[in-house]
Amino acid sequence: MVIYGVYIVSKSGGLIFNHDHNVPKIEVEKSFNFPLNIKLNYENKKVVVAFGQKDGIHVGHILTAVNGNAITGRELEDGRDILEMLEQPENFPITLKFSRAKMTTNEKIFLASMFYPLFAIASQLSPEPRCSGIEILEADTFRLYCFQTLTGIKFMIVAEPSQPGMEILLKRVYDLYADYALKNPFYALEMPIRCELFETNLQTLLETVEKSGISNV
Amino acid sequence: KMVVLRINSELFTLTYGSLVAQLLQDYENVEDVNKQLERMGYNIGIRLIEDFLARTGSGRCYDFRDTAEKIQSGFKIFLGITPSITNWSPGGDEFSLCFETNPLTEFVELPDNYSNLKYCNILPGVLRGACEMVQMEIACWFVQDQLKNDNVTELRVKYSLYRCL
Repeated sequence: MVIYGVYIVSKSGGLIFNHDHNVPKIEVEKSFNFPLNIKLNYENKKVVVAFGQKDGIHVGHILTAVNGNAITGRELEDGRDILEMLEQPENFPITLKFSRAKMTTNEKIFLASMFYPLFAIASQLSPEPRCSGIEILEADTFRLYCFQTLTGIKFMIVAEPSQPGMEILLKRVYDLYADYALKNPFYALEMPIRCELFETNLQTLLETVEKSGISNV
Repeated sequence: KMVVLRINSELFTLTYGSLVAQLLQDYENVEDVNKQLERMGYNIGIRLIEDFLARTGSGRCYDFRDTAEKIQSGFKIFLGITPSITNWSPGGDEFSLCFETNPLTEFVELPDNYSNLKYCNILPGVLRGACEMVQMEIACWFVQDQLKNDNVTELRVKYSLYRCL
């Protein structure tokens, strides 16, 4: 029973709130000898595992540290290039730390605004008039539940496929939004929600649902 | 579950009274006060609609009669009064809300020099703002007012435009 995150998209399609709830952190640290038996690629300012999946290191994971030192982009703190370093036998044995890629805020904003036209296309494609748009989007590892209010705001929850009661939870999140964001006189409509009360109440709600199910909220 | 706190309506009545009195001090012109009250109401309405929808879970209106009933239930939820819906226009695009009692004016007597003041002008603003957020434009004004020695307070609501999503 895991809820991965909650997102709110405004009427005009901008991400105004996101909350990562319970994303399991995956980190693997392992020592390697020359030559390195996994292929690394540099893309989108990250060093990514391209091929050679083993010992919990999966294709798509990103390199986060070398010999315990964190890396930024493809460089170590002292400016040495990692990919060049891994070509040279004298740097081995070497300890590399991999983790699952985390979405940056920019990527989240980007994805949220991608969902917006998808939702619109879905309601246009519908064979029946007055279609509601996408309500559930299902994949093998998650389900995305979307609830659009009459005023055009979209509430989204990403959760495990087996998690029940998410439609009801969306309505509860809407309640919280109506109370703690809109009744806050210092919250400007359509702007990102930075209301602490909203966040703490949401956190409590999500925890209760995960622990004791939707019937108790 | 959210606990809905009920407050004594007198507290609300008095707070609104002091708001109007303050506005009359700030703007010497009564017309400006009417305008400000409407604007404040509008800003309340565009937020309050979410509370109404979240609380009632009501769907979209496809007829102005639905709208009238929903506005009526909104008054019940937020002000604890049920205005009657009357005087439908033949085209069905205009109706009146009649208030026998009005919590906003419970202790109010309008002085002669303020005869142009629309004391409750916040309400038309709230209705306009709330409807606008659900893609419906309305016009809304007072035709009768108990403060001006009419028998009832009558608020006229006219449908002006529906923006299709």
